[in-house]
Amino acid sequence: MSGEPRGGRIVVVGASLAGLRAAETLREKGFAGELTIVGDEALPPYDRPPLSKQVLLGRVRARDVGLPRRRAVDARWRLGTPAAGLDTAGKRVLLAGGEKLPYDRLLIATGTRARPWPNPGEAALDGVLTLRTADDASRLAGLLDAGPRRVLVIGAGFTGSEIASACRERGLEVTVAERGPAPLVGALGGTLGALAAAQQRAHGVDLRCGVTVTSLRGDGGRFAGAELSDGSRVDAEVAVVALGAVRNTEWLAGSGLAAGPRGVACDAGCRAFDMYGIVTDDIFVAGDVARFPHPLFEYQMLSLEHWGNAVAQAEVAAHNMVSAGPDRRPHLAVPAFWSSQFGLNIKSVGVPTFSDQVVIVQGSPQERRLVAVYGYRGRVTAAVSVNRAKWLEHYQSLIESGAPFPPGPGAADGPGPPLSPVPSAVPDPAVLSHGPSVALTGHLPDRRLAVVHHQDG
Amino acid sequence: MAQDTLFRRITDYAHRADPYPLYAELRRAKVARQEDGSYLVGAYHEITALLHDPRISSDTRERTDPEGPFPQDSSLPPSFIGLDDPEHDRLRRLAMRPFGPPHTPGRVDALHGDITAIARELVAGLRHKDRIDLVDDFAYPLPVTVICRLLGVPHEDVPRIHAWTTTVITSLDISPGEDPARRREAALAARAEMAHYLGELAGKRRGHPTGDMLSALVNDPGPEGALTPLELMISSVLLLIAGHETTVNLITNGMLTLLRHPEALALLRDRPELMPAAVEELLRYEPPVHMLPQRTPLVDIEIAGAVIPRGVPLILVLASGNRDPLRFEDPDRFDPERPDNRHLGFGSGIHSCFGAPLARIETQIALTELLHGLGPLRLAEDPPPYRSSPVLRGPRHLLIERVDGG
Repeated sequence: MSGEPRGGRIVVVGASLAGLRAAETLREKGFAGELTIVGDEALPPYDRPPLSKQVLLGRVRARDVGLPRRRAVDARWRLGTPAAGLDTAGKRVLLAGGEKLPYDRLLIATGTRARPWPNPGEAALDGVLTLRTADDASRLAGLLDAGPRRVLVIGAGFTGSEIASACRERGLEVTVAERGPAPLVGALGGTLGALAAAQQRAHGVDLRCGVTVTSLRGDGGRFAGAELSDGSRVDAEVAVVALGAVRNTEWLAGSGLAAGPRGVACDAGCRAFDMYGIVTDDIFVAGDVARFPHPLFEYQMLSLEHWGNAVAQAEVAAHNMVSAGPDRRPHLAVPAFWSSQFGLNIKSVGVPTFSDQVVIVQGSPQERRLVAVYGYRGRVTAAVSVNRAKWLEHYQSLIESGAPFPPGPGAADGPGPPLSPVPSAVPDPAVLSHGPSVALTGHLPDRRLAVVHHQDG
Repeated sequence: MAQDTLFRRITDYAHRADPYPLYAELRRAKVARQEDGSYLVGAYHEITALLHDPRISSDTRERTDPEGPFPQDSSLPPSFIGLDDPEHDRLRRLAMRPFGPPHTPGRVDALHGDITAIARELVAGLRHKDRIDLVDDFAYPLPVTVICRLLGVPHEDVPRIHAWTTTVITSLDISPGEDPARRREAALAARAEMAHYLGELAGKRRGHPTGDMLSALVNDPGPEGALTPLELMISSVLLLIAGHETTVNLITNGMLTLLRHPEALALLRDRPELMPAAVEELLRYEPPVHMLPQRTPLVDIEIAGAVIPRGVPLILVLASGNRDPLRFEDPDRFDPERPDNRHLGFGSGIHSCFGAPLARIETQIALTELLHGLGPLRLAEDPPPYRSSPVLRGPRHLLIERVDGG
């Protein structure tokens, strides 16, 4: 490590959840040097989960979702200034305006952005938008306030499904188009995908699965409708493109780091790898942009778009930035996320896509209340609860201890037939409209999940 | 001393004022089998694992010997605290509908003003007294008034509620070796009378709602339907008793602890914004519920290198877990600013305290009003006389004197 661990200059690139929590942790751990935080958005750090929920329902304004501060960070904020390049030899971050920020240690927390609609002309139509930033949410909330006759949501991952849920709650007609076989199937597999599809239809969503949107139609520059791959048409006034996220790594091209579309690779201590697979000691990574090996999932490189991971990984990265060798800690947090949509509170621990089987251990899809446990080659790797979150801690301990799958029966399961696991039916991410929010970024980029099954022995 | 008499010693009234050294002994054993066949667990991580384990039942009918310690009331079905999911979940959800989120998110917040007014009135009544019994003069009347108002029980019936509650609670006492039959019978009778009283009251509210929880329970069923009349009676007895009995101990233990730690008391007088964190620390340091005696394993459970056999009484000593040095740094220190304080004061898992948000604000308001409404105080007697229960542990009286010149 260069310089005194608690002194010198630290630059944090990324001013959202991971960047802020890392900065706070640096100060918490006694970092007394110069701290600079660079962010491409003009707003101070804010919380994204409400943007697809409360903000769209009009309960909270998009500008009122600033992240609570844990402590003062005493930093120089460079907001509204994207980073444009990185000189690892000269240890400088290049800003969009040409300015160069020297650092002793660097944290990369640039996160992701919404994947845009592929046709720029269609994407520019009035009424077509993505949802990632507070500005996006503010615009979308405004469009929904105007009472459009129909909203088209393209992609039924978590963001798309939550947007559709908010539309229905506001009484708006909504069509959801998804290339995969069901909503949420990319993250949760077939069993819960089927539940999500039934729930959307029960709430009046016009859900079209197994189709792609082939073009967006305009009328005088305004979005008017879409053509689908099955030959059908949807007339709508708003189209929300929810095709997943793109990792913000372009600025690292040419930096020599192992950075690409799947994120910036780092070790368990959040230290970035260079393009030769050699670990750096002055560049750290945290949050959605990181890909890191996880021992519970056979050391596969994981990329997680999870709120909790951003916080936990930022804390570990910051700790390691100001700690020498043996005092450093690994980032071992069990992945977890939540979503609320169509009256369902969905919570997940572990990695449901890292599975070959799933079994419902409590409740049932009919009750809209269940716990599903996922297994891979005979051990528990994930659990998802629907309206039954208080049980998850138990299943988390099963994941952490590599407990056998399927788990034994319990008091909460009620009398019933013995557990019968079924294939978890997690599709290859390539068949989904939206990208996966958890990617197992193994060795074969286009067959990320298949690689799991080929690694026997 | 042998671990198999630990429970006998913990429940011995002689150790009521300070059971903590016995808890330290219990934690060293991790899992302690008792001479009567029950098992005691007092280490934090083991307790939380068991609280979240679906193989652990809260229904004492699952016991191999249902007539052992804490036998079930056979005249009425168990309330949801003594049931497992999915039945527990259904009943608790229906009871939660008029109390908390997602259907009634504002209920507890809306009580803030009422609780403050009641607390201020009680404090005003203490100002002319030189010697205060904090239990009888404040810590009991406050929560009982609040829970009665919340449920819709007329204030003039509080003495009846008090008598019934005391009888029911006394039956929870554990005095190994003593024949508990007589106390049990009295408790069963009291619980039945209380259930009928509340059932009748709810009946009167049907079609004549008065804005309280009983009214909402009978008049505003959700899409899943209402509680049956019997379920309503049993659930409201639980809410009424649990809704004030434990808060009395929390407030009293709180004042006792603050008077024993003058530096903490001074800090809270200066910085009232620290009170919420201080109440969390009280829930850790002197919790109102010391143990959960109702659990039963449905299969043999392996934990901490031991096997707890199916069907035995399993007693989780929350107050011991709260002092576990493997979880809390310097656990015997009272630190109102303690970070990362995930205590077991409200339990954990699916049976975690239903009324926790209410208990929190009641205690925060109660202690704030006591600290600011009265001058300097000191304990007239330390330790105070305790109530007999080792489960719902707290002082029977807490005599406090005003300090001259205050």
